[in-house]
Amino acid sequence: MRFKSGSDLKSYREKLKQSLDPNRMSIRICMTGCRAYGAEAMRDAFKEELKAQNLADSVDIVETGCHGFCAKAPVCVIEPMGIFYQGLTPKVIPDIVEQTIKNGSIVEDFVFEDENGNKYPYEKDVPFYKTQVRVVLRNCGRINPTSIEDYIANDGYEAIAQVLTQKSPNEVIDVVKQSGLRGRGGAGFPTAMKWSFARSAPGGEKYIICNADEGDPGAFMDRAVLEGDPHSVLEGMMIGAYAIGSQTGYIYVRAEYPIAVEHLKIGIAKAEEMGFLGDNILGSGFNFRIILKEGAGAFVCGEETALIASIEGRRGMPNQRPPFPAVSGLWGKPTNINNVETWANVASIMLNGPEWYAGMGTETSKGTKVFALAGKVNNTGLVEVPMGITLKELIFDVGGGVPNKKKFKAAQTGGPSGGCIPEKLLDLPIDYESLAKAGAIMGSGGLIVVDNETCMVDMAKYFLTFTQNESCGKCVPCRMGTKRMLEILTRICEGDGRPEDIDLLRELAEKIKDASLCGLGQTAPNPVLTTLNQFRNEYEEHINNKKCPAGVCRALISFHIDAEKCTGCGRCRTACPQKAISGEKKKAHALDQSLCIQCGICKGECKFDAIYVT
Amino acid sequence: MEKTRGGDIDLTLLDPVIEEKKNSKGSLIPLLQAAQELYGYLPEEVLRYINKQTKVPLSRIYGVITFYAQFYQKPRGKHIIKVCQGTACHVKGGKGVLEEIERNLGIKAGETTEDLKFTLETVACLGTCFLAPVKMIDDQYHGKLTPRAAVKVIEKMRKAEVPS
Repeated sequence: MRFKSGSDLKSYREKLKQSLDPNRMSIRICMTGCRAYGAEAMRDAFKEELKAQNLADSVDIVETGCHGFCAKAPVCVIEPMGIFYQGLTPKVIPDIVEQTIKNGSIVEDFVFEDENGNKYPYEKDVPFYKTQVRVVLRNCGRINPTSIEDYIANDGYEAIAQVLTQKSPNEVIDVVKQSGLRGRGGAGFPTAMKWSFARSAPGGEKYIICNADEGDPGAFMDRAVLEGDPHSVLEGMMIGAYAIGSQTGYIYVRAEYPIAVEHLKIGIAKAEEMGFLGDNILGSGFNFRIILKEGAGAFVCGEETALIASIEGRRGMPNQRPPFPAVSGLWGKPTNINNVETWANVASIMLNGPEWYAGMGTETSKGTKVFALAGKVNNTGLVEVPMGITLKELIFDVGGGVPNKKKFKAAQTGGPSGGCIPEKLLDLPIDYESLAKAGAIMGSGGLIVVDNETCMVDMAKYFLTFTQNESCGKCVPCRMGTKRMLEILTRICEGDGRPEDIDLLRELAEKIKDASLCGLGQTAPNPVLTTLNQFRNEYEEHINNKKCPAGVCRALISFHIDAEKCTGCGRCRTACPQKAISGEKKKAHALDQSLCIQCGICKGECKFDAIYVT
Repeated sequence: MEKTRGGDIDLTLLDPVIEEKKNSKGSLIPLLQAAQELYGYLPEEVLRYINKQTKVPLSRIYGVITFYAQFYQKPRGKHIIKVCQGTACHVKGGKGVLEEIERNLGIKAGETTEDLKFTLETVACLGTCFLAPVKMIDDQYHGKLTPRAAVKVIEKMRKAEVPS
């Protein structure tokens, strides 16, 4: 089927909606992130059991994208009741079919339980979901991402249909301007301004690009959107292309995301088949095509000009700006680049109006933001919250706080380009300006929580190792500067730090920020600077007292066995790669410090908390 | 057919791929990706053949494959072990997991065992932070690892592989 007009689409949607029975039972299963935790086996078990119980025709299995609550994977929701089950295994499925599907009762063992023992059987009540507002993730976990019909039934492609018949390109840009949407890739540049630059740039041929090269370690927001709702990105791009006057769009996607690539391929093919992509879209005379490009593994390609070089088939090295891509981008033509989350916002803004969007968030940061919560936090997963909520709410109310009763130490936003936010700044509202003022950045949405067992010097070294490794080598400040900084951090962690190192790090950091060619180098020193500002005492402990307070830096710590607690079970003895631990069965063991390499395996293996670090 | 150390390489397999891509703009990377898909890695013969057929200078081809992490110039192992070194994995002990696997296999990250059974790699982030620390063997995730648990899986695979 190929839609010839917006009204064609509308009547098709009405028919689709009418054919849906709101009381029909369905099981929504996450088949993206949860795959890593055996979602496929769970789905098969549901299929088998439904068949065995003769329910296969009356209950649907909907294979969805990410539900967000990854910590409890694999998860499913049983509709229309909205019952949320977590931590499922194939073995328990017959029980769930019997009790919930057949009898409508709840299987208590698999509902969410908070630390006070309160149970929340319904998805809408689970604290993790309660504070969230889902705009970008509106369809994630709800629809089958490989079904364009599912997307259409949920008002999909209505925004582009309305835009094509009711709005001029400039009016579209105006709506985006009024909504206050800012780029979600990290820097927060006003989207409408970017679009109008590309629109007003001279030249007939223009390009738009979706930056899906999500490379920050600890970030998986864009992946979830592409996997769980690819059409929302395609529709956003269509609207942007119409506004800018572009006929060709590219999606540059990380090759490490095979499911995202698969779902995009299916989505683009379906959209072409139905007339959302191609010539004369919905009878409007607007032509637009989308080409998928897979990256080949280079973090720097997340930078606009490097990404363009990569699409052109070259080494992904950035160029001096200006000229900005809006003037001279892909193949030298005006080019507009936005990231996945930005594009995924556009259709909703068009449908619900700019006032609705601008009604969420703060003065300068409108709408919502998707975060990937990870690290030492209970509810690891994907969340979407209105801008302006505090970090405390995000980490403790949505994220469920720090596991194992450990103490919160800091949150790192913006990955290797960002900074850490200590406990005393937890009441900081999440918006672009507040985070920047604290020395961190919004970034693309990775948020790593660390507790007292994380060494901030080691963490800074970790990020710098990453950026140094990914530095493309084109400009000296980034190539050499990050290397020198890393050498200093390494010697501090190894106990060879010198008193002047802190000043030296600071000096280098400032110079690298000022003089680097692209965003990679300009932000690479951020993790070092923020840890220096917030946790200077840890640096000083390493340098002056040769101690690592968090017990992480190997050269500065030693492992010991508490003879009172040791039961002589022998786990550590067998696990030790150095054979440094000896002892008879059922008798307290001993650790030979001269053999120990501080790998910490013994501590991880001990079930009795008998190994400690000094 | 041209002979190489790795065995016979049938370069004619490349012809349809080159034909398909050579006239479109910016097709060098997709072409190299497709070639690697065919042979598992990019041996010199393949690169020279692409150069001959497309007239893209060999220097540019080498420039590209040495820039991006996902191009390989050496044959890879039967099983690919990817140990995540993302931030979440780092704060949860991912480095210890990697080191124990390195000790166990006797190779460093980026290398392949001599019997071509295992290639050990690190990745910046697998995007499955809820499984941290995590590794992937082929398309299977192994999460919430301890160094011991990480090598047990590998030892088991090796036992299943070697008929003794």
